[in-house]
Amino acid sequence: MTHGFGRVLVANRGEIAARVIRTCARLGIETVLAASDADLDSVPARLADKVIRLGPGPASASYLSVEAVTSAAVAARADAVHPGYGFLSENARLPRALAAAGITFIGPAPRTLELTGDKLAAREQAVAAGIPVLPGEQVTPEDLAGAATGAELTRRVGLPALVKAAGGGGGRGLRVVRDPALLSAAVAMASAEAQAAFGDPRVYLERYVAPARHVEVQILGDGERVIHLGDRDCSVQRRYQKLIEEAPAPGLGGGLRERLHQAAVTLGAHLRYQGAGTVEFLLDVARGEFYFLEVNARVQVEHPVTEAVTGHDIVAEQIWIAEGRPLRLAQADVRLSGHAIECRLNAEDPERGFSPSPGTITSAAFPAGPGIRVDTHVQAGAPVPPHYDSLLAKVIAQGASRDQATDRLLAALARCQISGVQTNLALQRALIAAPEFRRGGVDTSYLERHLADSADPTATAETRAGVARD
Amino acid sequence: MELTNEDVADILELLDSLPYDELDLRTSRFRLTLRRAAGGGWTQSRQETAEPRALDSAAGHDRGEPAAPGSTASGSTAPEGAAPGIVAGDDPGDRAGAAGPGADGTVTDATVTDATVTDSGAGLAEVAAPLPGTFYRAPRPGAAPFVEVGSQVSAGTVVAIVETMKLMNSVHAGTAGRVAQILIGNGEPVTQGAALMRIEPAQ
Repeated sequence: MTHGFGRVLVANRGEIAARVIRTCARLGIETVLAASDADLDSVPARLADKVIRLGPGPASASYLSVEAVTSAAVAARADAVHPGYGFLSENARLPRALAAAGITFIGPAPRTLELTGDKLAAREQAVAAGIPVLPGEQVTPEDLAGAATGAELTRRVGLPALVKAAGGGGGRGLRVVRDPALLSAAVAMASAEAQAAFGDPRVYLERYVAPARHVEVQILGDGERVIHLGDRDCSVQRRYQKLIEEAPAPGLGGGLRERLHQAAVTLGAHLRYQGAGTVEFLLDVARGEFYFLEVNARVQVEHPVTEAVTGHDIVAEQIWIAEGRPLRLAQADVRLSGHAIECRLNAEDPERGFSPSPGTITSAAFPAGPGIRVDTHVQAGAPVPPHYDSLLAKVIAQGASRDQATDRLLAALARCQISGVQTNLALQRALIAAPEFRRGGVDTSYLERHLADSADPTATAETRAGVARD
Repeated sequence: MELTNEDVADILELLDSLPYDELDLRTSRFRLTLRRAAGGGWTQSRQETAEPRALDSAAGHDRGEPAAPGSTASGSTAPEGAAPGIVAGDDPGDRAGAAGPGADGTVTDATVTDATVTDSGAGLAEVAAPLPGTFYRAPRPGAAPFVEVGSQVSAGTVVAIVETMKLMNSVHAGTAGRVAQILIGNGEPVTQGAALMRIEPAQ
């Protein structure tokens, strides 16, 4: 198909649904939002041209149901479905079901989703493409029946090691093994957990790196040609949930940045990648080496920082590619300028162990002005349902330099006000204002260390003294 | 007609040179209030006021109905025995890869206050939902329930899980004794403070 889409079904919710609808509106594409019962009056439902009911509130009966999404797309007579992120966005069954109904999936080919969704398969693809991976291999509880096997394995992989689920995601099924004597038990437990959570008991062992940074590269491909849109740093995370992301990643000198970009493009070309995607890498801070982590075959939460520094609309490029056209951007067209930082505001209470905070928004005000972008789905009166994740808004600040972007973000966050639910706004302001973050290049333990320091009165006093001296 | 971020920036540039501190823009679709912030800069409060428009019969199946996508969607209820963990595909966009600390153990337990315990009628203690969400009796699909009617529990016994915003929150008995009643079915939605079970306190 080479003609443009007339109508797109948006099969998602929250800020990403609102964001996809805005680009469609700009492109003159009609949107139908597929909404669960909990979202029929949501902001994206009000922004979309039309709304179609998807099913009950719980995601398993609505946003995660291939059958519900496919029949909604058919009923809406949509030309294409945009899956957003999460939910079914990387589930190969959705594009297959849509294809059977003559509807285009805005995303990579089903075969690509299968290869990237299975972590072991993705790892094999990376190896085949010549991309560095951490020492590691698949392991079963049976393999470890003999004690010698376990010792042999930990010698090959190195300790500490991480046991990961092949079908996993979101940090589930992950555990660190530091003592070879505990390997067998950790593998058995991880395998049982992986079976329960993902219906797939396969686990593998991979060397655990710390301190590490999380750096990723945005790619676009049309199945023939692959380009990159630069990198992002997402090292500020709590339990594998990203909280602050920025582009470009600070301090990747000595050709490291170029090598990362090249690795991502090489893997994308190897996969004959079609659509927008992200190749995630782990950066070993001590050695200055990077290793392949995984491919996210969809638009990512943090894509706005890349849009800010490149000036390109990633959702528009997704649609362009899905319409069957070759990439309209050449690598030389991608020019990076300035710096952008995104801060995720979540309905959670850091003071109470990050307890989720569903409820109803009573009032919301966000910053506005030059260099500020806010992607959100909250407004006064909007419910924050308990069924879905806690992301309320993303505040993105852009500047000519990282310092300017940071200053703008801090000033912008000072003007944010959300009432009705608890949020992590105060924590985010503290994280961004801290000298360590301002210096740039924090590792993935930054947030936990910050929390530990704030919980320790002595450390807090020292921090205060430090600030006072500045 | 949708105001873009660039449009708002243009309006603010104009406002900056004017002596006004607030602009209230109302259209048939939205209301936008721009205010000068005390510490400098501007804030925006947007209200999308357009009512959602259900897909009409021209494209949908059900004339006049809030377009349900045929029978399939309505038939797609939660799988039997759906329990925490089965929604593996429900990954919030970008959970990070395996890059950090705290990788040991599971990551799905939020720390929440324990269920409040209030005395109910016949000397039974009520176990209340600590948060709104989905009630699960077992740690994962197919696993044995945490407790049955008649189970002996101590105050710290985990008797159920409430899943809220994709986090699994353990519910503790709160009272030592015997489970007398289980009031909610597996996989049912619960509101905050809803009675989940009743415990007959140990004498």
